[in-house]
Amino acid sequence: MTLAAATVTAAHATTTTAAETHGFLSPTGVEIAFLLVGLVTFGAAIVTVTTKQLVHAALWLVVTLGGLAVEYLLLTAEFIAWVQVLIYVGSVVVLLLFGLMLTRAPIGRSPDADSGNRWAALTVAVAAAAALVWVVVDAFRTTWIDLGDTAGGAAGSTAVTGASLFQSWVLPFEALSVLLLAALVGAIVLSRKTKTTAAAATTPSVPGTRSDKADQADADQADKEGAR
Amino acid sequence: MHLAYPAVLSALLFSTGLYGVLARRNAILVLMSVELMLNAVNLNLVAFDVWLSKTAQDTLHSGQALTLFTIAIAAAEIGIGLAIVLAVYRNRGTSDIDKLRDTAETDDDSEPAQPEPAEKAEATA
Amino acid sequence: MTTTTLAVLVPLLPFLGAVAGLLLGRTAPGFVRPLAVLPSLAALGLAAVVAVRQGGDQVVNAATELTPTGSVPIELALHIDGFAALVAVLVGLVATCVQIYSTGYLRDDPRYPSYAALVSLFTSAMLLVVYSGDLMMLLVGWEIMGICSYFLVGHYWETPEARAASIKAFLVTKLGDVPFLIGLFALAADAGSFRITKILGNVASGGLDHPTLIALLLLAGVAGKSAQFPLHTWLPDAMAGPTPVSALIHAATMVAAGVYFIARLLPVFAASSAALIVLAVMAAVTMAGSALAALAQDDIKRVLAYSTIGQLGYMTGALAVGDRGAAVFHLLSHGAFKALLFLAAGVIIHAAGTNSLAAMSRMKDLRARVPDAYWTMTVALLALAAIPPFSGFFTKEAVLGAAEHVATGHAEGIPGTAGWIILVAGLVTALLTAAYAMRLWLLAFRGHGAEAPDHGKQPVSMNAVLWLLALPSLAFGLATGPLPDWFDGRDLTPTLTTAVLGTGVALVGGIVTYGAWRHTTAMAARVPLGAVAAHPEGDAGLVEAEAIATHAPAYGDVASAPDPADPGRLLLGPLHRHAAVGFHLDTVYAALFVRPVQAGATLVRFLDREVVDTYVRGAGALPRWLGAAARRAQTGNVQTYVSALLAGTVVLVVAALLVATAGA
Repeated sequence: MTLAAATVTAAHATTTTAAETHGFLSPTGVEIAFLLVGLVTFGAAIVTVTTKQLVHAALWLVVTLGGLAVEYLLLTAEFIAWVQVLIYVGSVVVLLLFGLMLTRAPIGRSPDADSGNRWAALTVAVAAAAALVWVVVDAFRTTWIDLGDTAGGAAGSTAVTGASLFQSWVLPFEALSVLLLAALVGAIVLSRKTKTTAAAATTPSVPGTRSDKADQADADQADKEGAR
Repeated sequence: MHLAYPAVLSALLFSTGLYGVLARRNAILVLMSVELMLNAVNLNLVAFDVWLSKTAQDTLHSGQALTLFTIAIAAAEIGIGLAIVLAVYRNRGTSDIDKLRDTAETDDDSEPAQPEPAEKAEATA
Repeated sequence: MTTTTLAVLVPLLPFLGAVAGLLLGRTAPGFVRPLAVLPSLAALGLAAVVAVRQGGDQVVNAATELTPTGSVPIELALHIDGFAALVAVLVGLVATCVQIYSTGYLRDDPRYPSYAALVSLFTSAMLLVVYSGDLMMLLVGWEIMGICSYFLVGHYWETPEARAASIKAFLVTKLGDVPFLIGLFALAADAGSFRITKILGNVASGGLDHPTLIALLLLAGVAGKSAQFPLHTWLPDAMAGPTPVSALIHAATMVAAGVYFIARLLPVFAASSAALIVLAVMAAVTMAGSALAALAQDDIKRVLAYSTIGQLGYMTGALAVGDRGAAVFHLLSHGAFKALLFLAAGVIIHAAGTNSLAAMSRMKDLRARVPDAYWTMTVALLALAAIPPFSGFFTKEAVLGAAEHVATGHAEGIPGTAGWIILVAGLVTALLTAAYAMRLWLLAFRGHGAEAPDHGKQPVSMNAVLWLLALPSLAFGLATGPLPDWFDGRDLTPTLTTAVLGTGVALVGGIVTYGAWRHTTAMAARVPLGAVAAHPEGDAGLVEAEAIATHAPAYGDVASAPDPADPGRLLLGPLHRHAAVGFHLDTVYAALFVRPVQAGATLVRFLDREVVDTYVRGAGALPRWLGAAARRAQTGNVQTYVSALLAGTVVLVVAALLVATAGA
């Protein structure tokens, strides 16, 4: 395949020779671990999008995201793994759970969790998966990542990541903080009540709304810090 | 490690998220599915960064930097997204995507049925 | 100034007066009356000067071609012979009288400025027709007269009668004008010119290829304009217009235009004996039929309208026997006394507050209320009935004499049949004319019953005009001697035979009517009838409009009244019912033209609504179905949209990959 071939040549000529020595039928220990964790992650993802209990979906999402953090570790990207755990598992999922609660999501099985669009969605998703897997496998079936060589330190160690982030990527990083600020302001504006509805609202609703706002702000703050 | 393993896992996770986005009825579950898709992309970025930093002496670590950015943006997105969902829920009394059909074409050209003001007030509470 | 310049000014002055009247009508109402009267008066004076200078001997011919216009040139041309000069004087005289009369008749009318301007425009157009030496110019004047007639008949457009009458007048005359136009083109194509002199020269040398066809086509237009059978039906209805308009247009001038046109182009008609026979039959039917119808009318103006049709029949009859001198002679005297009759009728209608003879016959002393109208109308009716020594006698005898001349075989190229037809019809009509004139006079002025209402004196402008017009009605017979110099030179003095015959039948008609009236008048008191205008103190125009509007509700018909005291009813017997409605000609027209046209319109409407629209709707159905299908896709569900979007993306990506790899 041209596409795959082009990608491969663009990478490096030596990879091909290196990959030829490693077959799929003789996996290394890292690969076995990656496969097992990958299966768990994938299974948890499937359950996340199919379960009829909404809160369970959020919890299965925790499993998925945690599994991904382990995969990052296996790929020697340790800083990313910890950020993943901190932000996704620690705050995003909590935020989602708050959202579920605030929108009065039913506890327990809700029969209408999936829309009537399910079969079309399944078709599209399976087709997309088939196409993507086919292309990816066809392109990278011989590509080998050499994880063992730690001559320049682990590829994803905090030192390496920090150095590249604050040397090469400092300007996008600062731009990103502006983006986060904008998101913070936007979230506050969106979740504020308009004056008329505030006047019409009954007393018990007020603390709830306030806490909602506060949580939101806290979460955003956490995101921001985590990103830094 | 074969690059195919993370790549295929990433593709499968992405498709799963895709299915979730298309099939889930609750807007918050849709947001969860979006997170799945973003994570699939992140996995791809990390795997390729590791591969390229070894083989092509890529010292920029662009894959990992972009992953961090993606995570930050995903956090912002989830914050804004939830705020929107909450605003919709307050106004409409539901976060069910199937019921948010204001742009639908109806045969009799009449406005789609709006929730009653009373319902709105209740939703606000 | 040369005669030509003066002649050009004659039609031009009323035209300028009309334009100025229309422009100043709203801004300067004080100028409207002078602007209406003075141009007509000046035109009358100039026409008289032209007539004197022309003197009947030297034909004034002047032409200028403004620009080449194709194969047959159209020129601005004057052709003034004795006929034109005298007819122009008549037109100027009647127009001036009518304008003066109108200042009194319509003195409170809010639409007087436009009315006066239209009358001026009409006068100008008629003078153009009279003086024109080019058939295209003549046609211009001819059509302007038609449209002015339309507007003036519809002057009281608030009443449905006037609206219907104006449209009818327009359509019926147009029905004749279309063949007329074709005939003009055919004539010009044969003769190679629109100039009257050239055409006449061409005819004299026998250059016409289709004389009968051309003559018959032209005859259609003449029948429409001059209200000859079978296109005369518009004229009685046109009486819904104001009386001065009836006097000017529908008695003295416009209806005479057709006669005048034939007189100008008589050689063209004389070239075809078939055309002359048709003309004679047309004239005979017109004369006799209209005289019978006149005897049955109740509206005083409709009586006069039918009488006009009959007198025009005399003129066309004279033309049918090839004597245009007699025709124009009768035209001149008829123009004067018929205008007088109409104007006097206007005064009577104003005084009586009704236009119904049946109502007038139940009023005592109407003649004492309007002495001027009484005396002048008596003179004019005597002239109409052709009693010597009034003008009508001489002119009618000239016509009958010409007919006898032809009937006895003294004329070359004119079929004797035409002479006999005209002679017999003319004598019968003379009898009937005297009868209806007598009936009109008796019913209007010899009524019994309640006192006639007193609305005060009539305006001077209206009465003075009556006496002015009474002069020619009285004394125009004196012109019998010198007039042949102006015309073709043929003798116009009455012959003994026709004079005795004509006067005899007229006297018989008058006496029989008188007898019938004595017999029936006693019944008048027993059957009260009457429809009187609601505002008798208003100006004459208002009274007349209201009188016309109340006639049909009061009697169930605009033409006749169920009056047993009517001598006409006794005289006509069973014929009365048919004569009152003009011998059902309108019904025939309705069956022949109106209903087929309406049926055609219904058919077209059906085709349009049911057939054409079906195709249109069918063409719209497919896009509508497609649109409905496309609408169905717009569910409003974002997930559906995204599903479709992503499915498309996947398909496109796979397709792109396959294409890309296929090349490898």
